[in-house]
Amino acid sequence: MQLDAKIPAGSLTEKWDNYRENQKLVNPANKRKFKVIVVGTGLAGASAAATLAELGYQVDCFCFHDTPRRAHSIAAQGGINAAKNYQNDGDSIWRLFYDTVKGGDFRSREANVYRLAQVSNNIIDQCVAQGVPFAREYGGTLANRSFGGAQVSRTFYARGQTGQQLLLGAYSALCRQIGLGAVKMHARHEMLDLVVVDGFACGVIVRNLFNGDIERYSAHAVVLATGGYSNVFYLSTNAKACNVTAAYRAFKKGALFANPCYTQIHPTCIPAHGPQQAKLTLMSESLRNDGRIWVPKKAGDKRKPMDIPEDERDYYLERKYPSFGNLAPRDISSRSARDVCNEGRGVGETGRGVYLDFRDAIQRLGEDVIRQRYGNLFQMYQKITAEDPYKTPMRIYPAPHYTMGGLWVDYELMSNLPGLFVIGEANFSDHGANRLGASALMQGLADGYFILPYTITNFFASVKPPLVSVNHEEFNKAETVVKDKIKRLLSIRGNQPSRMFHRELGKLMRDYCGMARNEAGLKKCLQEIPAIREEFWKHAIIPATNEQLNITLERAGRVADHLEFAELMCYDALDRDESCGAHFREEHQTAEGEAVRNDADYCYVSAWEFKGVGEPPVLHKESLQYESVQLAVRSYK
Amino acid sequence: MDFTLHVWRQPGPKAEGKMATYPVKDISPDSSFFEMMDMVNYHLLVKGEEPIALDYDCLEGICGNCSLMINGIAHGPEPGTTTCQLHMRSFKDGDHIYVEPWRAKAFPVIRDLVVDRSAFDRILQAGGFVSVNTGGAPDANAIPISKEEADLSMDAAQCIGCGACVASCKNASAMLFVGAKVAQFAHLPQGKAERTRRVLQMIEVMDKEGFGNCTNFHECEAVCPKEISVEFISEMNREYLRASIVSK
Repeated sequence: MQLDAKIPAGSLTEKWDNYRENQKLVNPANKRKFKVIVVGTGLAGASAAATLAELGYQVDCFCFHDTPRRAHSIAAQGGINAAKNYQNDGDSIWRLFYDTVKGGDFRSREANVYRLAQVSNNIIDQCVAQGVPFAREYGGTLANRSFGGAQVSRTFYARGQTGQQLLLGAYSALCRQIGLGAVKMHARHEMLDLVVVDGFACGVIVRNLFNGDIERYSAHAVVLATGGYSNVFYLSTNAKACNVTAAYRAFKKGALFANPCYTQIHPTCIPAHGPQQAKLTLMSESLRNDGRIWVPKKAGDKRKPMDIPEDERDYYLERKYPSFGNLAPRDISSRSARDVCNEGRGVGETGRGVYLDFRDAIQRLGEDVIRQRYGNLFQMYQKITAEDPYKTPMRIYPAPHYTMGGLWVDYELMSNLPGLFVIGEANFSDHGANRLGASALMQGLADGYFILPYTITNFFASVKPPLVSVNHEEFNKAETVVKDKIKRLLSIRGNQPSRMFHRELGKLMRDYCGMARNEAGLKKCLQEIPAIREEFWKHAIIPATNEQLNITLERAGRVADHLEFAELMCYDALDRDESCGAHFREEHQTAEGEAVRNDADYCYVSAWEFKGVGEPPVLHKESLQYESVQLAVRSYK
Repeated sequence: MDFTLHVWRQPGPKAEGKMATYPVKDISPDSSFFEMMDMVNYHLLVKGEEPIALDYDCLEGICGNCSLMINGIAHGPEPGTTTCQLHMRSFKDGDHIYVEPWRAKAFPVIRDLVVDRSAFDRILQAGGFVSVNTGGAPDANAIPISKEEADLSMDAAQCIGCGACVASCKNASAMLFVGAKVAQFAHLPQGKAERTRRVLQMIEVMDKEGFGNCTNFHECEAVCPKEISVEFISEMNREYLRASIVSK
């Protein structure tokens, strides 16, 4: 299969302008004739659904929550990047672009990232116009703070709830369109299959979670905005319901899945407390603006943090990466935390934790300033751990958080199946092998507000896709597959909740396909995953009612998909025999434990094709061409 | 820790409901309330009984999905805390814990502890937005907004739409929810153009959905997990009064 990214001609800075100048348009009267399905209502989905409806398209929008506002974008804390340079500290579109490409360890597509940096400024303007209450200075202008992997302050924020405010902004735009009748919203509907006719994506099969009805919808294009797959690790910072099902089922229908092994482990999360733990909680990276990360110099030092004198502390990020210090990028900070814990210097009962200490910042700025900046985060920490971070340092440890991999898309954000667009975290496009902080919100909104509305229009105008009837044979087939799967799930007569199999899978993946990977571990995973899957299909227990709300069934279906998808991640991690960004192959590191990339052999996007459950997928490569940026060793020292 | 749970069970929207009693054992005090409920459901499943249907998702107190009346208090005993952030250390070993759904005419029960809160969406669809299409927005710094006003707007905007305010109000009033949204825009220049129609339309839908009126008991503020102030209800009333006059 030849993968064409369809990158427009011209110099890097002109590509997006060239695209828009040459794209085809649909006149307003004709827009009404095109139907679009949007699945997911996070930042990407809600912004896309609203914007497409504003343009005049007929939009059907789906989410599995009770209301679109519950999507997990709501939990993003720290902020959103933009190249406004309001701080006069040397920022520019080019610098945001370069930081993102470098942060992604030179494994992202130049043209996509540059476009992202270009539209970043429009996002801030748009959100302010919607009434998003960003933090402001006394003079009335917008405030900024710093995030990892950058030496400028370009992050806009709304206390520690930036994701919430941006999502509520997009949701308000969506509400307006629902109220106007331009978007038909289907809440508590879960997408269970993509319908493909003659290679074109032309509809979805969804399950009405209220009553178990299987429903069919067709459209001229299907947009997936269904988020990431961190929950393959069971314990992650994602909400419990986040899952890979929509993307994975599109993959099974022929969409290629790109770079599934690029998964981000976020350095600052609250450590796990024990076996009943259901989920991990993120502490925003913004805390690293003022918090200092350290562990005792001596292994096994059990003294209270306050009793450990200054010269017996190791501020290891400041020591190893003096120019970025505590704001080193996420992959590097996470690995450093793991390393010091492996040396026996971890803190807390489990020994899997490091201190994030605000003592110096409180001395320098006063408790009030710290409370203003991070009050809600400190409160959240205190609620979960029953410790007061104003008095004793926080304990943090890395946790799975975000997935850079996703369905393969071209420059137009369209997958290899014409008519299937993938936006936000669900696609692979912009973050390479590692995402910088405050860039996920930026990408989700860039895709939904400012990129997809152009590219989908070009698709409609130039391809003129057909509208397939929901009575088409392919709809029948897809519905049968979905119904059979549900029937099969309901017929398992086991004695273990699906959560147990998920937990087992998660532990395996965290141990062998998490922060560090090696050939032996990945092969072990590939052996053990099918066995867990088999156990699941024999021993899971699910109450047998399909005709009403059955949350256990919903979850079991998602676990079943994670149990298949996990193999794909391992195949990808095994194939990529280099270390890059968050993908750390232990075989490839310097004496100091830094990642060693192999540009000669691995400067490509891995796009995998489904060949059957339990069958190895087939790899297609999109070679990455760097025209404007020099491939460099990524250094934050 | 060991507890005795009394939980509202209702198989469907039209079915009769009743309280059922379940013992739970060996719960870590550091477990969250839902991790404890997971254990209860685990034992129910293994015994071949229907697990308790309940909504929760983010476990960070931000998505607004969780909604439990615990011992008669929305989101349980800890102030400023959603159920998903409640930990078992807030209870005493051996406690009896009563768990019920939100109860309000406008929030019908779907199953067990899950209620339908789509009435909130319909209120926001009537006016909880600034009518601005994507594209063409002026530079974000073009209109200065004082820090004080921006902070007040943010105080209101923190609402997570959980519905605890409605559940704890004896009138099942949604005025804290609506007030917070009206006030968020009332403190921003971007909200000014539509201030009249916004408040009139939102309140019209609020009444139509079957929410009651505010009689100043302030139960809503007491249970709000985001501690949103009833000042915003006063502000909404002022906006409403003004709108009622100028729209005549």
